[in-house]
Amino acid sequence: MYRFNYHRASSLAQAAELRSGADDGVFLAGGMTLIPTLKQRLAAPTDVVDLAGIEGLSGITVGDTVTVGAMTPHADVAGSAAVQGAIPALADLAGRIGDAHVRNRGTIGGSIANSDPAADYPAAVVALNATVHTDRRDIAGEDFFLDLFETALEPGEIVTSVEFPVPARAAYAKFPNPASRYAIVGVMVAELDGAVRVGVTGAGPCAFRSAELEAALAGGLSAAALDGVSVPDGNLNSDLHASAAYRAHLVAVMARRAVAQLAG
Amino acid sequence: MEVTLTVNGADHTLDVPDNALLVELLRERLNLTGTHVGCDTSQCGACVVHMDGRAVKSCTVLAGQADGADVTTIEGIGTADALHPMQEAFRECHALQCGFCTPGMIMAAIDLVQTSDDLDEAAVRDGLEGNLCRCTGYHNIVRAVLSARDNM
Repeated sequence: MYRFNYHRASSLAQAAELRSGADDGVFLAGGMTLIPTLKQRLAAPTDVVDLAGIEGLSGITVGDTVTVGAMTPHADVAGSAAVQGAIPALADLAGRIGDAHVRNRGTIGGSIANSDPAADYPAAVVALNATVHTDRRDIAGEDFFLDLFETALEPGEIVTSVEFPVPARAAYAKFPNPASRYAIVGVMVAELDGAVRVGVTGAGPCAFRSAELEAALAGGLSAAALDGVSVPDGNLNSDLHASAAYRAHLVAVMARRAVAQLAG
Repeated sequence: MEVTLTVNGADHTLDVPDNALLVELLRERLNLTGTHVGCDTSQCGACVVHMDGRAVKSCTVLAGQADGADVTTIEGIGTADALHPMQEAFRECHALQCGFCTPGMIMAAIDLVQTSDDLDEAAVRDGLEGNLCRCTGYHNIVRAVLSARDNM
């Protein structure tokens, strides 16, 4: 690792101040992406501002909606009886991120702020049209992810929580990379306010809604409705794990599996 | 940077570089070399310790993040005369070949047993996803965890 200054902020205001006062500062949440990146010398920030000491950023509130504090680890979401009851697909998704040790440290705020194209949570943020609360404003889930590792967050803006509407039903299907457990493709299908929404991660530069799959499922959540439906591969990722054409194929297959889960 | 933490029941205050990792603090400052570094990419799980009761990769936690934490390493769970039930099960089931992954496996397995209901073979294999055995000795490791499950 290159050298950097480590700071532990005790408030959002102090975190913002520490970062804006640094030549090249970054926020640290759980560190499950940032620390491996630093170890590989793929990043060289001058200052790392740890958000773990800020009160009120962690925890889960379940009422009409499910609100997950930005610093809540994946294991807490996966293991929460309240989340399992309200949005079982969200608990299921959280329980399949990375491995157990990653789930004990990694956080929802860190995951979505990073907009890794292969992260799991973005599929849920998009499919369930979550609201991303920050220290400055609210951002609609479907407007949050802009591109590869790029979000609607402004420099220095901090995610404080993510609020999920409770869908009538939802399911997440994932084709994991067998080594890293990142999603080569992950698809969440949700029925929300009478409409079907499909969130896709792993396939493109960032998470997105699939117009083709939503149109096919508009008449009802049945696997048969997906017969012959294909997803364009023009903007999808190609890498050593999967070509764009294969990812497009997997999107349709994962959508079918998610719908099958709902039928079962 | 000054870091204060509890390791295996003992309090320590140490001056470490800002970019020090928890595993470096444990191995190089406290001489607790039972915690291994098996990869440089946060994937192998050889460095797993318990931090505030949760299994974490100590190679992917900054020492500063562990300030105020209660850490347990492989040295803190049993003694040569009184092994932890998981250590005893690994010995009984011959759940190690070269032994390099064993400390991380044992720390991960203890957390898995403590946090799981109805742990069966599939759940053990899934739960140890984050721990790699380069000898591929998984079969006996799974047997050991299932055996320890009944003795913990």
